[in-house]
Amino acid sequence: MLQVSARTRLGRFALDVELESAGGVTALFGRSGSGKTSIINVIAGLLRPAQGRVALNGELLFDSSRGVDVPVERRRIGYVFQDARLFPHLSVRQNLRYGAVFNRRAGRAGDAEHVIRLLGLEGLLERSPGALSGGEKQRVAIGRALLAHPRILLMDEPLAALDLQRKGEVLGYVERLREELDVPIVYVSHAIEEVVRIADRVALISEGRVLASGAPDEIMSRLDLRPATGRYEAGAVIETRVLAYDARDDISTLGFAGGELLATNLDALIGEPVRVRVRARDVSLALRPPQDSSILNVLPGRILEIVEGPGAAAEVRLAVGDAILLARVTQRSVRRLELAPGREVYALVKAISLDRHSTGFA
Amino acid sequence: MVLLTPGELQAIGLSLRVAAWSVAASLPLAVAVAWLLARREFPGKTLLDALVHLPLVLPPVVVGYFLLLGFGSQGPLGAFLERCCGLVFAFRWTGAALACAVMGFPLMVRAVRLSLEAIDPGLEAAARTLGAGPLAVFFSVTLPLAAPGLVTGALLSFARSLGEFGATITFVSNIPGETRTLPLAIYNYTQVPGGDAQALRLSLMAVALSIAALFLSEVLARRARARVRGSDAAG
Repeated sequence: MLQVSARTRLGRFALDVELESAGGVTALFGRSGSGKTSIINVIAGLLRPAQGRVALNGELLFDSSRGVDVPVERRRIGYVFQDARLFPHLSVRQNLRYGAVFNRRAGRAGDAEHVIRLLGLEGLLERSPGALSGGEKQRVAIGRALLAHPRILLMDEPLAALDLQRKGEVLGYVERLREELDVPIVYVSHAIEEVVRIADRVALISEGRVLASGAPDEIMSRLDLRPATGRYEAGAVIETRVLAYDARDDISTLGFAGGELLATNLDALIGEPVRVRVRARDVSLALRPPQDSSILNVLPGRILEIVEGPGAAAEVRLAVGDAILLARVTQRSVRRLELAPGREVYALVKAISLDRHSTGFA
Repeated sequence: MVLLTPGELQAIGLSLRVAAWSVAASLPLAVAVAWLLARREFPGKTLLDALVHLPLVLPPVVVGYFLLLGFGSQGPLGAFLERCCGLVFAFRWTGAALACAVMGFPLMVRAVRLSLEAIDPGLEAAARTLGAGPLAVFFSVTLPLAAPGLVTGALLSFARSLGEFGATITFVSNIPGETRTLPLAIYNYTQVPGGDAQALRLSLMAVALSIAALFLSEVLARRARARVRGSDAAG
């Protein structure tokens, strides 16, 4: 259990946050310069706020009112920096061992091999950091942080400096960590795809404040948060599970809180949980279920909210069962169909628009 | 040229010994001062910086004279060190080493400071998140990464020591076998009738030594830089 509150002056704005993380992956999501990194620097002890309190599993790490400030090196908080920060004068193996030397008592035998295997570092051990690719560097940095036996792992945009292919590769490893290791993660990112794919909870950060926090799908589908999330492709995130697979058409049936969705080209096993991102522009609305249409997903729902803009568009938030969907339609269609909150409609989603791109990386 | 007289060999051997000791004794202090100047803000920092650089701009004779006043057998520091540790500088080779150390100090501090300032503080922050305290960070990250500057600084100061003349002769005089280093021996030969050939021979020796020192410095610094950059070429 991590509890953070911090108030401090930060350049052109003030940082003023309250945060809690019970475990799993908590994403701090927001634009560059919104104060996300400052928040994890407060947690790690690299930034001392004017006022605040940081507690981890009941242990007080910082409390300005009581004069408590545990030094960085005694907090046992792992930190994966955006730029990896491997020690250039040490080999990969020596980098990985660095933290273990100082945290001998906290260690468990056999952990090292497990982490090295998990991150696929076996072949890199004798290499020098200068000879690694960006993705490899970041994997070594993650391993190095984990081998210091941290009580919590902070990751500061670990994928930001990588190209698209490496991003997917490293993110896959982060997903494995989440599933196989029992270390809570605070993950800083400004990329919606990363957050949606790995976060259990999201805190939306803007101008040094927490605008909202909650489940990823809840945060990403809220229209009032659009100014903070807005420059991203609007959409809703839905937790699903693979119910069936038709190999002939390569179509998977996904069960979710609002019924069933058909998706193509998914590459997931039956029973496996899959997060699907349904882009608002891929959702059309109809008052009656269409006849003789090619669209496979026709979901009955009720309009919750309509927001006009951007431009000629309007964004419609609707409840489908217990799930939330976003639809982007023209304002003309809103008038013509007399769409309004409370109205029953059908959401039409092409199965072809739900593929592995919307679950993983675009 | 091939065969050196005992007197010449003595001067060269003494020069190397004096230079080696002056570098060895001043390097830790130079690292400490360079670290203070590179990483800390404190009142009097500008003054310390100026003081360190003073030997670079003062006439060496003046430095030698101040050393004589301070570390001579009558000087307060000289008398104290003799009483407490049996360490005598006046008219000894140790005094020559001290003079060389003072004269080479600014070069050493400059080189070390530059390499310290080039280190990404983020690496030190990363080391701390991994559990290393400030002292452990210094010895496991800062110092190894500053190695190129240490090598450069040490060899610059070494080369400077080989050429030191004014401060040495003022402070510890020109005693054969004790304080008559290479430059002093050359000076001596130019002052006696018929010493021209010997002065030339020793001067050529001085050129050879200096070139060797600079060459060694380049090789070592290149190796240290490769290691710090973390490329596999470091070997």
